[in-house]
Amino acid sequence: MNQETAAGSGSFVNFLNLLGQFTLKLIGELGAVAIFFVHGFSLIFSYPFQFGKVVQQVYFIGVKSFLIISLIGLFTGMVLGLQGYYTLVKFGSEGMLGAAVALSLIRELGPVLTALMIIGRAGSSIAAEIGIMRISEQIDALDTMDINPMRFLVSPRIAASVITFPLLTALFDVIGIIGGYLTGVLLLGVNSGIFFNRIYDSVVAKDINGGFIKSLVFALIVSTICCYQGYFTHMRPGGFGAKGVSLSTTSAVVISCVLVLVLDYVLTSFLL
Amino acid sequence: MAQPFIEFKDVSKSFGSLHVLDRVNLKIYSGEITSIIGKSGVGKSVLLKHIIGLLKPDAGQILINGKPLSEFTRSEWRDFKRSLSYMFQSNALFDSLTVFENIALPLVERTNLPSGQISEKVDFRIQQFELLEVQDRYPSQISGGMQKRVALARALVTEPAMILFDEPTTGLDPLRKNAVLNMIAHYQHEIGFTGVMVSHDIPDVFFISNRVAIIENRKIPFQGTPLELEQSDDEIVWQFIHGHEVLQDQLTGLNSKPEVEKLLSSLISSASSGDSVSAAALFTIDDIDKIKEGVGYIASQRIFQCLAMILKGLLDAKEYAARLGSGEILAVFPDSQLDRAEEVIRCLSERCSMEELMDPAKYKKVCIDFAIKAGTVEVDGSMDLTALIARAREKQKVIAKMECKGVADRK
Repeated sequence: MNQETAAGSGSFVNFLNLLGQFTLKLIGELGAVAIFFVHGFSLIFSYPFQFGKVVQQVYFIGVKSFLIISLIGLFTGMVLGLQGYYTLVKFGSEGMLGAAVALSLIRELGPVLTALMIIGRAGSSIAAEIGIMRISEQIDALDTMDINPMRFLVSPRIAASVITFPLLTALFDVIGIIGGYLTGVLLLGVNSGIFFNRIYDSVVAKDINGGFIKSLVFALIVSTICCYQGYFTHMRPGGFGAKGVSLSTTSAVVISCVLVLVLDYVLTSFLL
Repeated sequence: MAQPFIEFKDVSKSFGSLHVLDRVNLKIYSGEITSIIGKSGVGKSVLLKHIIGLLKPDAGQILINGKPLSEFTRSEWRDFKRSLSYMFQSNALFDSLTVFENIALPLVERTNLPSGQISEKVDFRIQQFELLEVQDRYPSQISGGMQKRVALARALVTEPAMILFDEPTTGLDPLRKNAVLNMIAHYQHEIGFTGVMVSHDIPDVFFISNRVAIIENRKIPFQGTPLELEQSDDEIVWQFIHGHEVLQDQLTGLNSKPEVEKLLSSLISSASSGDSVSAAALFTIDDIDKIKEGVGYIASQRIFQCLAMILKGLLDAKEYAARLGSGEILAVFPDSQLDRAEEVIRCLSERCSMEELMDPAKYKKVCIDFAIKAGTVEVDGSMDLTALIARAREKQKVIAKMECKGVADRK
């Protein structure tokens, strides 16, 4: 009996040991990401400003995502219009369709889906590009040339994300509302005036600001996580070389997506 | 000697359980080219990366002009780094930038030069390294040799006070390799930068090096001038200098020089105590340097190889033979009288005369007379190793000859 108790307490200690190790590792990692972010973000404002590199990244993250964001925004708005109409019509409130579509997009779906699309399109390639630069010693080469790799690689990407995320979110919202209009008004016969009047009545500045804040937070999180994962590819215990880059890219996408959804809940709780 | 510009003092470095450097001491002097040679994977690049701060030592110190690197202030470190250029073994070119942009990058990012002046400097390097046709291409679109030249151009474009070259000529064809080494030497004479070069190109790299350091078994067993290197008796050093000869000797089955010298020394001491009597024989190709100059290096080595293979075939398992110089072989016959050595010489003489290489008709274009000489000596304990070899050399007689009589074009 005593032996059983000792064995039971031993495995419990082991469990606590593992939990402690995991927690310490997690805190360490969070601290490292925080330092990485502060370092990269502060260098955006160091002189001389890197306008050229920021514009290049705005083009890569923003302009090149334009089409896919528009497409996703359009179909999201259309499906919202469709689902919203058949739900509201049960209560005889189909006139509220414009408000339902607009509020869903501006408050939630716009910032979240835009962030998820940018993670898939640009975030993964940021992690892969920086990861390849790390394993092929290009980052070391920058260091030996006395070019700060954080300033050269990370800062322009964070700055560009801060510029493009809110703009792409706004684009997503507008196109989404057009999508809702297409199904609600043109397909299902909701009155056009009522559709837009309800949007005008129900959407207030707080909703737009909330969406804007969310997109800004997502921009910082996504760009930092993707750059961090690529930048420290060589420290990854699971794999080296091409395998290390693929693991970094996967981690960047998975962690960014999870954090976007978790933070969306947290931010919504505070903003409501 | 003056204070070294860079000094490694008892530097150790490990990666997990892999110990790469173990209390390494190295001195690099200002205005000189120091070459670090060693086998692949012994830590040459690791040593170089410590200078630029990409790696930090686990123990020991790196001194720059007598001051430990670890005590450098931020601005001192920055100034030091700005005076350096590093050429990576993997080239580390930016694959999203063109050749021109790669070379221009350190100037664009680090200086305030107007773009016209940057273009001028970059164009000069592009022309110097024959990269004009590929200047708008990306690194992945050019060959490995070209990538090497781009990396070299990028290292030189800032005209640094010190350049660290990590295998600058690996992967280049012989003509370009010589051109690159010449360029480094020329530029060093002109500007007087301090160079540290990791290379495998032995002996070519010795011609442009003021000092050479050999890294082996986590330590630096030798550092000194190329002349000191050539005169060193250390077995590791000898193997590095005569690497290509070691390969040929292995192919012919010859033993290593230090191995045979060690055996002969032990035979001398046992002979002096009266335990046993042995014999030795010295074989010389007369004159191998003339053959090298006239007929060519490959022919001279073929003749040597042929002699070595015949000799090795005539020796018993307990008898040893090793290359002594470029055209000399020392054979040792433990516990044997001179008769045994003379018997081997006789057989060798007969076999040599039947060899194709001794046929003047084979030297159609250039033919040079040469002879194979042999001399025997008894290992009696009264002479040391050098005297014994000198004695055998004195007693040498011609045992085979190749005369060019009857060949159209001869010297």
